[in-house]
Amino acid sequence: MKILATLQNNDIAPRFDLATEILIANIVRGKISGEPRTVLLPGPGSDALCSLIIKEEASLVICGGIEEAHFQYLIWKKIEVIDRVIGPAPQAIALAIAKQLRPGGIVRTESKRSAHS
Amino acid sequence: MENPENENFCPDLIEILNGVPHGIALVDQDLRIIMMNRFLEALTGYSGEEVRGIYCDHVLRTGFGRNVQVFRQALDSGVACSIEGDILGLNRKKIPTRFTATPVVEPGGQGQALVLVLEDIADCQKTGGKKEVGTAKGLLGHSPKMQEIFELLPVLAQTDSSVLITGETGTGKDILAEAVHLASRRSKYPFIKVNCGALPESLLESELFGHVRGAFTGAHADKHGMFQLAQGGTIYLTEIGDLPLPLQVKLLTVLDDREFFPLGSQKKVRVDVRLITGTHRDLKQLVQEGRFREDLFFRLNVLRVHLPPLRERDGDVRLLIDHFLQMFAASFKKNVKKLSAQAVRLLGSYQYPGNVRELRNIIEYGVNICRGEIIEIEHLPPYVPADAGKPPRAAAAAVAPGSPESGNKGSGGTEKELPDNAVSWSAIEKRKILTALMQTGGSRTDAARVLGWGRTTLWRKMREYDLG
Repeated sequence: MKILATLQNNDIAPRFDLATEILIANIVRGKISGEPRTVLLPGPGSDALCSLIIKEEASLVICGGIEEAHFQYLIWKKIEVIDRVIGPAPQAIALAIAKQLRPGGIVRTESKRSAHS
Repeated sequence: MENPENENFCPDLIEILNGVPHGIALVDQDLRIIMMNRFLEALTGYSGEEVRGIYCDHVLRTGFGRNVQVFRQALDSGVACSIEGDILGLNRKKIPTRFTATPVVEPGGQGQALVLVLEDIADCQKTGGKKEVGTAKGLLGHSPKMQEIFELLPVLAQTDSSVLITGETGTGKDILAEAVHLASRRSKYPFIKVNCGALPESLLESELFGHVRGAFTGAHADKHGMFQLAQGGTIYLTEIGDLPLPLQVKLLTVLDDREFFPLGSQKKVRVDVRLITGTHRDLKQLVQEGRFREDLFFRLNVLRVHLPPLRERDGDVRLLIDHFLQMFAASFKKNVKKLSAQAVRLLGSYQYPGNVRELRNIIEYGVNICRGEIIEIEHLPPYVPADAGKPPRAAAAAVAPGSPESGNKGSGGTEKELPDNAVSWSAIEKRKILTALMQTGGSRTDAARVLGWGRTTLWRKMREYDLG
């Protein structure tokens, strides 16, 4: 399966429609296979991002805020969406693999509360 | 906000900020959240405690991008500034917002801090004060039945009693609930909608009443429930008929005592929230079947409003056609001006099992398909000509208990006798969808074409009938 996270620096981008970078991780038998891939988008835009998600055949999308129409569209396409996530993307992906990431989840690094920021 | 870490703030000040009907955040010089008031907690869905120390753009989800330059300029210059933008709210809607940033000295420190006030300006941006005939914030109609609703609206808004809104799917229950809230003295406080049928029982309890840290696996921090987030405002529980029985008991307690224990908490929380509920089910029948508590039914059924199905709203179809036509033509930048007389006649004889939502979809379809200025019959979804003029469906699931419709079929001349073996329209529609899907080997695109619907309509109806 593939997990796709919207990216801003190393964090989950606060808004799906404004994200200009994504991180794609291949998951094989519950572990990340190979190096996660960062893709720089030509510009922000929910429609283009949705198309890319479908083209990449991602099974799970981790993002910040997303508008209802695009959320429902992805759900319709049988893509799981965990939205309103705050925190570093790699940790968020790790939590998602462990089935411990929920919508509205705040991911923190161990050292300090806002280490992701 | 009640978090002991806020030791630098006078409790009275916190209470004052909680009482302000705008979102307020205090951020440090790095633009990290120090505290948020309850209104902003409701808007973002995060508690002030859990986002303390996190950059404000991650929490507020503003449209300013990553730098929030304006806020930095206010900090650097020491001069307050105001800017308009938007945020993505908890309900996944963009909310046009005016941000006012005022520099202050950081509480208990030497550095600068910034007070951010977020004001919802959606109303200011709408139509420039243009008034529509017979509306109540999104509800449209001038039929006698709708006029009764509009006349009732100020009465409903004046009081704090519970309101139960019944009506078939697509009649506008959610819009009416919001209109009641907006017309009430609570309008400056949050309006929070919770779908009781959308979440499993365990999650719904946490969603409604909140939890404390450690209440269950994964509860890493205290989380306010929707009742707390709606403090001062209105909570709208849609599909109340789907509320699990154990939660019905808890809801009854909240309504009686105005206080409850969040999950895992020893401390009672007191709330001042108005409750509006909505359902398309016959609650009285659910009570008889033992699926809904009678005492809760009586408690919710203080003020009841039944939204009439579109087929019973004389003259409203034409009004709504014109309204949606203008709306979609402007939205899709198309030069569609009107419907042909035949198309109008056809739509006038159609029964609209999906009510206003269905009419809206039909007009959206027509505006999309039509290449000229006039929408003809062939531009309408094929099922409309096929079904138009057919007798209305059997009394739907959505008849309000005790409403005129429940015991007085045909009073308005619209209900005709149906054969004994008649089934509900939803059952027929569900069967149609399944048959089409079987015919097309499961292809939704092809099934939509067979049914003469847009893919979106098929998708929505599949969700409605739980066929996804």
